[in-house]
Amino acid sequence: MDYSNIIDLLYLVSIIVFIIGLKGLSHPESARKGNQVAALGMGMAIVISLFAPETGDNNYLWIIGAMLVGGGIGLTSAKKVAMTKMPEMVSLFNGLGGACAMLIGIAEFGNLPAGTDMMSGAVLTNIFAMFVGAVSLTGSLVAYGKLNGSLRDNFTLPAPQLINITSLIGIIALSVMIMTQPELNMALVYALLGLSLFYGIAFVTPIGGGDMPVVISLLNSVTGIGATGAGLIYGNNIMIIGGILVGASGIILTVMMCEAMNRSLINVLVGNLGASG
Amino acid sequence: MEQIINFLDDNTLAMLSLLVLSSFLGMEIIGKVPTVLHTPLMSGANAISGVVVIGAIILIRRADATDYLTLVLGFIGIALAMINVVGGFAVTNRMLDMFKKKERKN
Repeated sequence: MDYSNIIDLLYLVSIIVFIIGLKGLSHPESARKGNQVAALGMGMAIVISLFAPETGDNNYLWIIGAMLVGGGIGLTSAKKVAMTKMPEMVSLFNGLGGACAMLIGIAEFGNLPAGTDMMSGAVLTNIFAMFVGAVSLTGSLVAYGKLNGSLRDNFTLPAPQLINITSLIGIIALSVMIMTQPELNMALVYALLGLSLFYGIAFVTPIGGGDMPVVISLLNSVTGIGATGAGLIYGNNIMIIGGILVGASGIILTVMMCEAMNRSLINVLVGNLGASG
Repeated sequence: MEQIINFLDDNTLAMLSLLVLSSFLGMEIIGKVPTVLHTPLMSGANAISGVVVIGAIILIRRADATDYLTLVLGFIGIALAMINVVGGFAVTNRMLDMFKKKERKN
C-alpha cells in the first residue's frame, strides 16, 4: 500500500505546529511555550521522515547513530555554555545546519544518475543548496570567531567589496558552466564549493564585532533558505516550508534588529568599513 | 523556451507556489517583536532551520548499504544538523528561563 499521502498529511500537521511555535516565540508571554511547541513540531517531523516510504536500504543504524552523536553533543554544549556566550553558540549551531545543507548538495551531485541533463531543475537545486549551505557554514564560523575573540575584530581582507563582488561573479559563472556541460564535471563542482566557502568568509570578515548579532540573524535566515534548497532536491514539503519560514522571518528579524540600533541593513553590511574601530 | 518549459513541470509549479506563499507567511508571522525577544527568537528560528536534518535522513535512507561515501556524508550531515536542532532548542529554552526569572524578581 502506498501511504505517501498519509505521510504528507502528517507533515502538514507538523508544519502547523512549527507555525504556532514560531508565532508563540515572538510574544513575551508565550515565548517559552512557543519554543517547546516548535521543538515538538521538529520531533514529529523527524519521526515522520523515518517512517515515510523510501526506495533505498534505509540504513537505520547509521541514522540512529548520527542522531545520538549529534543530539548528545548539542544538548551538552547547550547546557554548558555560559549565558554571555549565547550569541556565538547560536552562530556555531547555525553554521552546522548550513554544513548539513552543503553536504546534502555534494552527496546528491554524486548520486545524479548517469546521463542526467545538466540544464535541469535537479542540478540547479543541488548547486543552490551547496552554495547557500557553504556560505552559511564559513560565515557563521567567522561570526563565531569574532564574538569569542579568536579572530581579531579588525581582521579583514584587503579591498573586501571588490573581493566579494568578484567571488559572487565567479560563483554565478561556475554555476552556469556546470549547467552547460554535456555531463557532470565534478572538478567544477568542487571549484564552486571552494569559492562558496571562501565567499562566506569574505562576506562576514569586513563587518565589525558589534554588528555580529545582526549578521548572525542574517546567516540564520540564509541557513533556512539552504534548508529550503535541500527540500527542493527531495520535493519535501516540511523542509521547503520550515526552511523558508525561517528564511523570511529571519530577514524581517534582521531588519528589526538593525532598526533597534538605528542602522539600516545596507549600512551594517556595506557602510561600516572602519566604522567599528 | 523549451528549456524553460523543461524546468516548469506541474510539480515544480506546485513547489514554487508553496515557496512563495510560505515566504509571505514567514514575513507576517512574527509581527512586532520586543527588543528583548530578538535573540531568543533568532535562536529558536535557528533551531527550526535544523529541519534540514530530514534531507540527510532521506539521503541515507535512499542509499545502498554499501555506498559508504553517501553514508558517511549523510552521517556527518545528520550529526551536525542534530547539534543545530537539539542545541538550538535547548539554548533558546535556557535564554527564556532567564527571562522568566528576571521578571519574577521585578
